Amino acid sequence: MTVLRYLRLLGVQLRASTVLGMQYRVDFVLDGIIEVFWAITSIVPLFVVYSARASVAGWSFGESLLVVGWFTLLGGVLEGAISPSLFNVVEHIRKGTLDFVLLKPADAQFLVCTARLQPWRAVNVATAVAIFVYAFRSLGHGPSWLGIAMSLALLAASTAVLFSLGILTVSAAFYVVRIDNLMHLFISIFDAARWPSSVFRGALRFVFTFVIPLALMTTYPAQALLGKLPLSTFVFSLLGALIFVGISRAVWLHSIGKYTSASS
Amino acid sequence: MSVRSTVHALPTLLRVGFAGAVAYRAEMFVWALATTMPLIMLALWLAVAREAPMGRLGKPELIAYFLATFVVRQLTASWVCWNINSEVRDGTLAMRLLRPVHPLVAYAAENIAAIPVRGLVSLPIAIAALLLVGTGPLTRDPALWIVWAISMLGAWLVTLFTNFAIGCLSLFLESSIKLMDVWFSLFLVFSGYLIPIELFPPGMRAVGDWLPFRYQMGLPVELMTGAHDRAAAFALLGRQWLVVAVLGGVVAFVWRRGLGRFAAYGG
Repeated sequence: MTVLRYLRLLGVQLRASTVLGMQYRVDFVLDGIIEVFWAITSIVPLFVVYSARASVAGWSFGESLLVVGWFTLLGGVLEGAISPSLFNVVEHIRKGTLDFVLLKPADAQFLVCTARLQPWRAVNVATAVAIFVYAFRSLGHGPSWLGIAMSLALLAASTAVLFSLGILTVSAAFYVVRIDNLMHLFISIFDAARWPSSVFRGALRFVFTFVIPLALMTTYPAQALLGKLPLSTFVFSLLGALIFVGISRAVWLHSIGKYTSASS
Repeated sequence: MSVRSTVHALPTLLRVGFAGAVAYRAEMFVWALATTMPLIMLALWLAVAREAPMGRLGKPELIAYFLATFVVRQLTASWVCWNINSEVRDGTLAMRLLRPVHPLVAYAAENIAAIPVRGLVSLPIAIAALLLVGTGPLTRDPALWIVWAISMLGAWLVTLFTNFAIGCLSLFLESSIKLMDVWFSLFLVFSGYLIPIELFPPGMRAVGDWLPFRYQMGLPVELMTGAHDRAAAFALLGRQWLVVAVLGGVVAFVWRRGLGRFAAYGG
């Protein structure tokens, strides 16, 4: 019953965001073009690298392209759903209008996370699919159904982790208010997800696997599509994502207790 | 708007800009931390060089190269496009027009004044680079260091002029920030920021040589890391300043045409 209600609520939020977004039609087109440009900038270095080498850190050209594909896809989720919503929370906290969200008879975390969806970022999904197709053509074989299913499960997990990391960042706004900078920092760290995690060494690899699990977001789904992901890694990834969600939920509930309305 | 009054105003403009940079030091620090791209690219190229060096570039050269891109980016940064866009939108550009100093000079002073603070941020990176790889990959020719200093000025001017010109386009369009994004993505590919230009395939390199991007970033980095001898360095410096001159012309034209369309709202 509640699940149904929240699904309906998600539909309402999505419709409202679309209507809001439709007001800026030129931006629609421009944003789409820019997203394609960004995807190209992350592919060009691969072309240059693989013109000199057959494999880098154990990944061939087609395989690394898969990682870039997931990076593009998740970049769309991050820029199209997570960061605009969270910038919005920061605005709410600064102005004190978070009151109006808290008063609504639905979960506040759900409401703020879905408040500013940008449906046109779906361009990223199309770009990512194009990259996947190109990658598998250059690999010479397609993914298995099991691989696709596993990678989709990981996509859900990484979306959850990204939202959790976003919520953790935003929770800091309850204490220090000026935080939009930190979101930029978070987005620029996410840029590291464009390469297979084995490119990184030492402390960075540890951080990108466990602290900010970028490996879970792009490398593991790519491995799953290739049928190379160990089952244990898959299970632990899903468990890890659950832990992230739990922690961020606890921190959010705690921070909201600290919220003192600014004006109103 | 005479030259004398501009020169007279310059120290004050710099002082104000410096105070602004100090006031927002935390913000600037986070911005500098957010410059992760050189490090991300470095990781990829080091993974490539683990098996064998890429041409001239082995591990120490690559570390020197990408940490140099970080330093150059910090020191030649400009954010005038965003300033103009917001000032055109809320009409505060009118306040700037009232002052007896050309807005370009005022913006430039603001950027220059932030350099000490930005330098402070890039200092640890430069020291880390020296500790990691020593002075081996750096050029030892004092003449080339002079050329480097001039190329840094040139690189900053190219960045400033493109920022200003694209910013002025907001007088024609409603907002030109998206255009700046397109410019930036081209910059990423062609400037040497992601890929050292000497590793470009020949076709792409020929294109890159005639675009302004390399002169924003690649040229000073290459000069620091000893990619060119004197003759090549002078030739490239000549090209850079040709780009500066052309962009200067573009800036003058766009500004003059755009200003006629400016209508202050509120302000």
